[in-house]
Amino acid sequence: MALLSFERKYRVRGGTLVGGDLFDFWVGPFYVGFFGVTTIFFAALGTALIFWGASQGPTWNPWLISIAPPDLKYGLGLAPMMDGGLWQIITICAIGAFVSWMMREVEICRKLGMGYHVPFAFGVAIFAYVTLVVFRPLLLGAWGHGFPYGIFSHLDWVSNVGYQFLHFHYNPAHMIAVSFFFTTTFALGLHGSLILSSANPQKGNDVRSPEYEDAFFRDVLGYSVGELGIHRLGLFLALSAGFWSAVCIIISGPFWTRGWPEWWTWWLNLPIWS
Amino acid sequence: MTREARRRAAIAASATLPLLLAGCELGPKETTQYGPRGAAMEQVVNLNLKQDPGVPPPSAYQLDTREGQRAREIYPELKVLGDISVEEFGLLMANITAWVVPADAAPSEQGCNYCHNPENMASYEKYTKTVALSMLKMTQNINVNWQQHVKQTGVTCYTCHRGNAVPQYNWSFKPDEDQTTILGNKQGQNTPVQAVGWSSLPNDPNSYFLGDREIKVVGRALHPGSTPNDLKGAEHTYGLMMRISGALGVNCTFCHNAQSFQDWDISRLQKQTAWHGIRMVREANADYIQPLQTTFPANMGRLGPMGDPLKVNCQTCHQAQSKPLGGISMLADNPALAELGAWHSAASAPDAVIAGGIVRTADGIAGAVAVVPAATASAVVEKVQAVRASLATPAG
Repeated sequence: MALLSFERKYRVRGGTLVGGDLFDFWVGPFYVGFFGVTTIFFAALGTALIFWGASQGPTWNPWLISIAPPDLKYGLGLAPMMDGGLWQIITICAIGAFVSWMMREVEICRKLGMGYHVPFAFGVAIFAYVTLVVFRPLLLGAWGHGFPYGIFSHLDWVSNVGYQFLHFHYNPAHMIAVSFFFTTTFALGLHGSLILSSANPQKGNDVRSPEYEDAFFRDVLGYSVGELGIHRLGLFLALSAGFWSAVCIIISGPFWTRGWPEWWTWWLNLPIWS
Repeated sequence: MTREARRRAAIAASATLPLLLAGCELGPKETTQYGPRGAAMEQVVNLNLKQDPGVPPPSAYQLDTREGQRAREIYPELKVLGDISVEEFGLLMANITAWVVPADAAPSEQGCNYCHNPENMASYEKYTKTVALSMLKMTQNINVNWQQHVKQTGVTCYTCHRGNAVPQYNWSFKPDEDQTTILGNKQGQNTPVQAVGWSSLPNDPNSYFLGDREIKVVGRALHPGSTPNDLKGAEHTYGLMMRISGALGVNCTFCHNAQSFQDWDISRLQKQTAWHGIRMVREANADYIQPLQTTFPANMGRLGPMGDPLKVNCQTCHQAQSKPLGGISMLADNPALAELGAWHSAASAPDAVIAGGIVRTADGIAGAVAVVPAATASAVVEKVQAVRASLATPAG
């Protein structure tokens, strides 16, 4: 869809955090801003480096291309370019691009006088990523603990990390994260179907108002969280899923080294029955 | 939210934090990379929890040479160790005593007397001697025929026994669960035990260590009926893997790349070592331990609740180390354990003793000495008797 006719009136000057008026302009539908420039820079450089890395690798199969982190022996130092140094630079680019994008969202929020909910939500996703490739490697003492950038290879990484702790489903934070992931999709399913059913009434009827939506869930569940409430709930569920994902990986290794099933022996050892 | 409500929320949040942290394991960590970079095949070990592999006891004395008079010439009744020198034989007996005989044995069972009748050393009237004979054969068989598992390091009695008459880590068959009620019958799973890493997996992985039960996870064909033919079969295998993992103090990535557990090409060589190890343990149990069922006395902690002998699994030797005793070999001081004795070539002879626990009487040591030239024999016998005397008295 092209630029909406009414969008022009929301294009207001100011609200920038860096660069003043210098980058305060639009290219087509896109706001640029200082952080738009840095986003383009990091994203383009990082993507180019991934392609360059692929060109130096054994395959152009998009499923199998992988940019792997260094061996553990390099610790927290810089690794040679083809032995994980590339991964380190691409990681910097990725964080640079993600944070730039978040800050660009902040500037747009400021322009529009909105709250910072959108950049905050994106920030939680960035936090989960940074936990994987920065915080946990820092705590374990080597960049090699980060995950490789490849479609299949990162899945293998996930699987092997799970098996480092024998059975990752016993990780309590993983349990919470998985529950939030399921709940957020469940809530989205309930909400989306409700909106679609209101917006597509039976033939000859008008689109139904939120009062109908509330009445539906009051009849079904005895309670409706409301039209604003469902979005607050959705945000909470989604961000909790990402947050507890970060927790479940940061505790695996830095704060727990044995199999996760063994963590639950505290329950078996409770003085009530042991 | 009112100020009061916020304050309460803050207190609740800060009170939860220590609870969450209480489940954490702080302290320095040591990481080891097992696979290619980025594969996450690695081990993170908390140094505070790292288990000491232990130091094997020194040999009773050092053997200068393996030459000299053969033990058989002095002790004609020897079944396993007759081909080694008298001096080496005496040393091995001394070392075995240190490895196996418990320090708190009853006075009548201390030292050599744990297996031997001091009046007639050749007699099999004590069951322990029959067992020891089988165990010696087992040890030699492992060191000679299972080097794909034990490599050149090999094993000795100490690898399992560690100064105990019965190795600390053993297994035997368990009685069936109560299957009369739905609640009581847990289908052999959902019971957190160390054997399966405290998981809910089928918890009798030891049944893999006797017989030739298939160890598979992924079916090779599309349709049902391929191996394994049910999910429970795969879970049994996972239970066995938990057993191995706990026994060696390693995680799954010590052998496997989780991309494909069964693929030998992307697995580590340790997977092959483990494959041979499982077969080695099966042979040890089937050929050397299970046949002792009628030899072991009842009610002395030698037999399990189902009446079968206490058997070995990975943990019996490994004891939470990927290499038992940290990989220290004790074979240099005890070379007789690294070769097949005379029993192997004359395979049929000793089995009567093993199977039936038959008590054999034989000539005593004095009689045996008489058949060899007294001048050469007396010095050796003196030395052996000196060691024996030192062992008979409790260690200071």
